[in-house]
Amino acid sequence: MTLPRRTHPRPLDIAHGRVDLTHGGGGRAMAQLVEELFVAAFDNEALNQRNDQAAFDVPGGRMVMTTDGYVISPLFFPGGDIGSLSVHGTVNDVAMAGARPISLSAGFIIEEGFPLADLARIVASMARASKEAGVPVVTGDTKVVEKGKGDGIFITTAGIGLVPPGVDIGGDKARPGDAILISGTMGDHGVAVMSQRESLGFETSIVSDSAALHTLVAAMVAAVPGIHVLRDPTRGGLAATLNEIATQAGVGMLIDETAVPVRPEVRGACELLGLDPLYVANEGKLICICAEADAERLLAVMRAHPLGANAARIGECRNDSHHFVQMKTGMGGMRVVDWLAGEQLPRIC
Amino acid sequence: MKYIDEFRDGEVARSIAQAIAAEADPLRSYHIMEFCGGHTHAISRYGLEDLLPANVRMIHGPGCPVCVLPVGRIDAAIWLAGQEGVTLCTYGDMLRVPGSKRLSLLKAKAEGRDIRMVYSTLDALKLAQSMPERQVVFFAIGFETTTPPTAVAIKQAQALGITNFSVFCNHVLTPSAITQILDSPEVRDLGTVKLDAFIGPAHVSTIIGSRPYEYFAEEYQRPVVIAGFEPLDVMQAVRMLVRQINEGRFEVENEFSRAVTRDGNEKAKSLVAEMFELRRVFEWRGLGLVPYSALRLKEPYAAWDAERRWDVPQDSPPDNKACECGAILRGVKKPMDCKLFGTVCTPESPMGSCMVSAEGACAAHWTYGRFRDVEPEDSHA
Repeated sequence: MTLPRRTHPRPLDIAHGRVDLTHGGGGRAMAQLVEELFVAAFDNEALNQRNDQAAFDVPGGRMVMTTDGYVISPLFFPGGDIGSLSVHGTVNDVAMAGARPISLSAGFIIEEGFPLADLARIVASMARASKEAGVPVVTGDTKVVEKGKGDGIFITTAGIGLVPPGVDIGGDKARPGDAILISGTMGDHGVAVMSQRESLGFETSIVSDSAALHTLVAAMVAAVPGIHVLRDPTRGGLAATLNEIATQAGVGMLIDETAVPVRPEVRGACELLGLDPLYVANEGKLICICAEADAERLLAVMRAHPLGANAARIGECRNDSHHFVQMKTGMGGMRVVDWLAGEQLPRIC
Repeated sequence: MKYIDEFRDGEVARSIAQAIAAEADPLRSYHIMEFCGGHTHAISRYGLEDLLPANVRMIHGPGCPVCVLPVGRIDAAIWLAGQEGVTLCTYGDMLRVPGSKRLSLLKAKAEGRDIRMVYSTLDALKLAQSMPERQVVFFAIGFETTTPPTAVAIKQAQALGITNFSVFCNHVLTPSAITQILDSPEVRDLGTVKLDAFIGPAHVSTIIGSRPYEYFAEEYQRPVVIAGFEPLDVMQAVRMLVRQINEGRFEVENEFSRAVTRDGNEKAKSLVAEMFELRRVFEWRGLGLVPYSALRLKEPYAAWDAERRWDVPQDSPPDNKACECGAILRGVKKPMDCKLFGTVCTPESPMGSCMVSAEGACAAHWTYGRFRDVEPEDSHA
């Protein structure tokens, strides 16, 4: 008698199957899910060691580490899905220290009954994003929760990266007189996600800007190692992120409304929904604060990169003990650009 | 964006601003109340006050539907949400308005009440259809603009035989509120509030037309210019009002002629007239009891009236003692005159209703204008 060659006589029924509690139970079903879906998709040396942790060598230097949970609804949206988002978002958080991302981990919390086809689609998209970014998912975890205890799928990714020598970027480094640059149009991601909400029911050609920004950052850091601040304006949009930095660095800011690039479609959708594009999330844009003398050089480098083609200089940091972020409006008046009060919209990342 | 960008042109704004500065008489002042929260928001968001000469001052009026609802009605909505089998639906801003005992619909929701945010009355109706075992109550608020959609939802419920849907009606009327302000002692007798003219509502006027304002323009000798909600609309309206005041006229003029006619939307008006009747009196936050200022459903539509279906409490607990929302809504005080403003009352934890909606005078000032309250520092590095 010959033993079956495979541990699992029948492959996962990805087309019709659903996740059940055994897929998180630590038994054979879970091993099969990990093997046929996750390991197959992410395929890399560290993961293929099949240990509870990934072991790999790193060069010496200053490391950064970050983690982020992804709970977006809907899971699939124009320009991406929760899988690609969970790679881009964490790669970007690493990159915003000026660091080169090295590897990622991925934790999945899946609700019982979730279609395997959707899971496979998400994992494939995640694997594609990770390969494109050149940042492997080296370790992971899978949990299944009872029906009603989750909302389809939640993903947590963590990332580590290495900061090049001489680079010291942080939110507290902004100084009065610094220039404020952004890498492109504001609000694309939030509007793309909202357009998919059943209750809103409008059609748009806008796609999410979800993208990994580390190659753009690498080019910027190579040109100007002394960049003061990098940050991606995700939840709360440009407004929240500028306020965070202003508070952290103890400066005020003055931006020019007419200098902030916003796509006409995004502006239109925001008009319809009563939103302000400055508060709408982005997933493939960054804010850069640098010494005035470096601003033009950085802008040129950003515009030469495909993810920075619409880069613009939008304002400057100032002395202000109230740490106000102020804006000169297109009308010529002045206003505060405040933190977002409450939630502009639920779960967009 | 076509039809929008034209009304946000900075160059045009500056030329209107120059015209206003040239026409405004430096020997007098101009006190202009924008009734609507939509105008308040536009003025703050675009920083329009910076474009006006110092003797032309804007006074924020009570036209923010969320702000004028009294504590008692919020409490009543929370009470309704607590009734067996009830799902309460409302527009987003209402969730955060504080009732008495620091409760709000948002807190009631966190405590397990079934409270949903909807974008339209028809969403609430759809919800009722999708869960026939629940009683879906729509917490209807707003001025003349939001009344017709409520009427349409009830008509549809009637046509489709949907019996698990009802409306907690809080629709209020603009002209009666303006009259109440003009009759208030601060304006009429004491003269503590100077009020020379009004910018009339944009969206409300698309429904009711410009005719209803003719009475008080004449009776109270105050000019009115109905204006759209775009920044250039507001600037142009200010210019028209300055001119009327200079010339001693008190007419109703229509800057928003691209959307407002003298008679308004006849179809919407007749639908509202068919289904709603005036309440003899209704409490407004800040204005107190205002006669004939709100609507309720007529008897034939009683089946869809939450106040007839449940014995809804009609209490009127007072506002927080230190909260100045009332005086602010009447134009008697400014947000900065309130001790709570920016200390314990902020958009994150509002004590009064003016801090909740983006159209509220306090929220607009806090969010967009509070840099004006501090001494300017040496700005650039």
